[in-house]
Amino acid sequence: MREEPILIALAGNPNVGKSTVFNRLTGLRQHTGNWAGKTVSLAVGSCESQRHRYTLTDLPGTYSLLAHSAEEEAARDFLNAGQAEAVIVVCDASCLARNLNLLLQILALTPRVLLCVNLMDEAARHGLRLDLPLLSKRLGIPVIGVSAREKSSRETILQALDALIDGPLPRPRCLPQLPPEADEDAVTAALLHRAAALCEGVVWQSDLGKPRRDEAIDRLLTSRWLGYPLMLLLLALILYLSVLGANPLSDALSALFGWVELRLNALVAALGLPDFWRGLLIDGAWRVLAWVVAVMLPPMAIFFPLFTLLEDLGYLPRVAYNLDRPFQRCHACGKQALTLCMGFGCNAVGVTGCRIIDSKRERMLAMLTNSLVPCNGRFPLLLTLLGLFFAGGSALRAALGLTGLLVFSVVMSLAATRLLSATLLRGQPSSFVLELPPYRRPQLGQILLRSVLDRTLFVLGRAAAVAAPAGMLLWLLANLSPGGVSLISRCAAALDPIGRFFGMDGVILLAFLLALPANETVLPVLLMVYAGGTVLTAPGDLQQFHALLLQQGWTATTALCVLVFCLFHWPCSTTLLTIRRESGSLRWTLLAALLPTGMGLALCALIAALSRLLA
Amino acid sequence: MNKILALSALRPGESGRVHHLLHRGPMRRRLRDLGFIEGTPVRCLGRSPGGDPAAYAVFGAVLALRDTDSGQILITKGGDTP
Repeated sequence: MREEPILIALAGNPNVGKSTVFNRLTGLRQHTGNWAGKTVSLAVGSCESQRHRYTLTDLPGTYSLLAHSAEEEAARDFLNAGQAEAVIVVCDASCLARNLNLLLQILALTPRVLLCVNLMDEAARHGLRLDLPLLSKRLGIPVIGVSAREKSSRETILQALDALIDGPLPRPRCLPQLPPEADEDAVTAALLHRAAALCEGVVWQSDLGKPRRDEAIDRLLTSRWLGYPLMLLLLALILYLSVLGANPLSDALSALFGWVELRLNALVAALGLPDFWRGLLIDGAWRVLAWVVAVMLPPMAIFFPLFTLLEDLGYLPRVAYNLDRPFQRCHACGKQALTLCMGFGCNAVGVTGCRIIDSKRERMLAMLTNSLVPCNGRFPLLLTLLGLFFAGGSALRAALGLTGLLVFSVVMSLAATRLLSATLLRGQPSSFVLELPPYRRPQLGQILLRSVLDRTLFVLGRAAAVAAPAGMLLWLLANLSPGGVSLISRCAAALDPIGRFFGMDGVILLAFLLALPANETVLPVLLMVYAGGTVLTAPGDLQQFHALLLQQGWTATTALCVLVFCLFHWPCSTTLLTIRRESGSLRWTLLAALLPTGMGLALCALIAALSRLLA
Repeated sequence: MNKILALSALRPGESGRVHHLLHRGPMRRRLRDLGFIEGTPVRCLGRSPGGDPAAYAVFGAVLALRDTDSGQILITKGGDTP
């Protein structure tokens, strides 16, 4: 049966579990978020049923095919091109009428459609009963009900798809008849009235109390007095758990890596490698790599699953809802709050996520200010310095400190947005609709899998890929000393006066410059340069690191300036390249680098001047 | 005949029916696709902590709209709750 694969399109409203269906069918992992418009490009996957091979294209989630947003045009063009043999339309069982609007529009383009009513389990929980055979009879097309999060749904969908492909062409008998001269308003009204009529007698609400559950939760989470405090509390809690769990894990990893280093050294000695290679490979590549992994892996392995849990529950759109007022005052789009949330994970992802903002001006605002919130790669440096200089070893205080820094970064991001919208990107906020999807029971297994595989390992892999070569480069810079002074010391010395003015020193500035490919390497670079000849026994030994910093003349002011500069400096090269790609302009990319750098340096200079004044 | 008022004038818990939209262009289309057509019942669910936007139940979904946008959706007060 090695036939050509049959092309199938997957369409549906945003946030109806369309990507879950896609993943269920193709097994291809693809990140799905519980907010509207996450799928912005066309994902393609393949799957095999008992009878056929299929190639599935996941169209962007849209409410309609008639409007003019980029996603809707992409979906409409794909369907109009007629490449797809059949279309699977995924609907949310709890919101059937509105979903049928899109189905009717698709049926007008192509008759071979399978309606897949998803989230049947959620609907049952909300006290809804659906008469799908009746709906199928009315529509004249096959209709199946599934819960895509359950494994068994795959077989159900594939069987129905096989039957649709092999069966006769369905004859939809429900399309609203419209006179050809009907205007846009008449079309939308006719479609929606028909959608509502189709649901009449199909959807039964057996328990009126249950749908109110979400509303009660929303009243609490978005209430006037508790909305903001609860948001802060959740953030602090996540960070606290990350710090608390990360410390013992980091210690264990440090001990392990220290042991490995001893073995490696013994191995190198046994092999009789010259000292140069031993230094380059072990003191350079291995040690920096071990540092990055020991310091970064534990907090990420805890933070990402917790963050994904909130995402899966459907809390992030509520964050955007709560934060919309400040963004409105900055003449920006409320969806910018969502892209900021993504930025906490990774700024490059946050910048790509800005595609969910329709207005070009507002999208640019969101892209330019995204890297003002720290990504996960910057958390370890922030946490380490908070722990060494301000928290006195208390996980709670470190977590609260980090919460404070994150809130500060959001405030600064808003301030920059306001500044830009008053100068370079002037304009009035455009209209937008933010959907608040129902709270969903999170898929715990999926969360672990996705957050560990997709995010933790990805970010870690990127850092490690940069860390090992960076470690070798650094070791070379530190050990090649023409004229008796190492190259790294020369660079640091040249930068020193500038660094001092901003409350830091030349080494710190150099570390930030060298960490352009990945922010995660600031910490190991500092260590490497400061340590110079001394040998650190265990990677990740913070007390030793603290002593080293004090020895180099660090004070609380230095630490504060580094914290601030870590929050506000040039974005990493990945983010810059992403901004370049998304904005298509070198000048905006340059601004995206200069804006946070300028803000960070100004703040640092202020802190340094104040501390000199007070001393 | 019920009095016509803006959707943004609804207080949390109150409901009404869409009368007509003052929007023009893409936003009109978007809102109509989401269910804001003549006669659709809407209910105000609450306001965000900052007072604006507000959340509305319409056509089985919950949508947040800023007052500048919901101010251009005219409704008649009362009617069944969606």
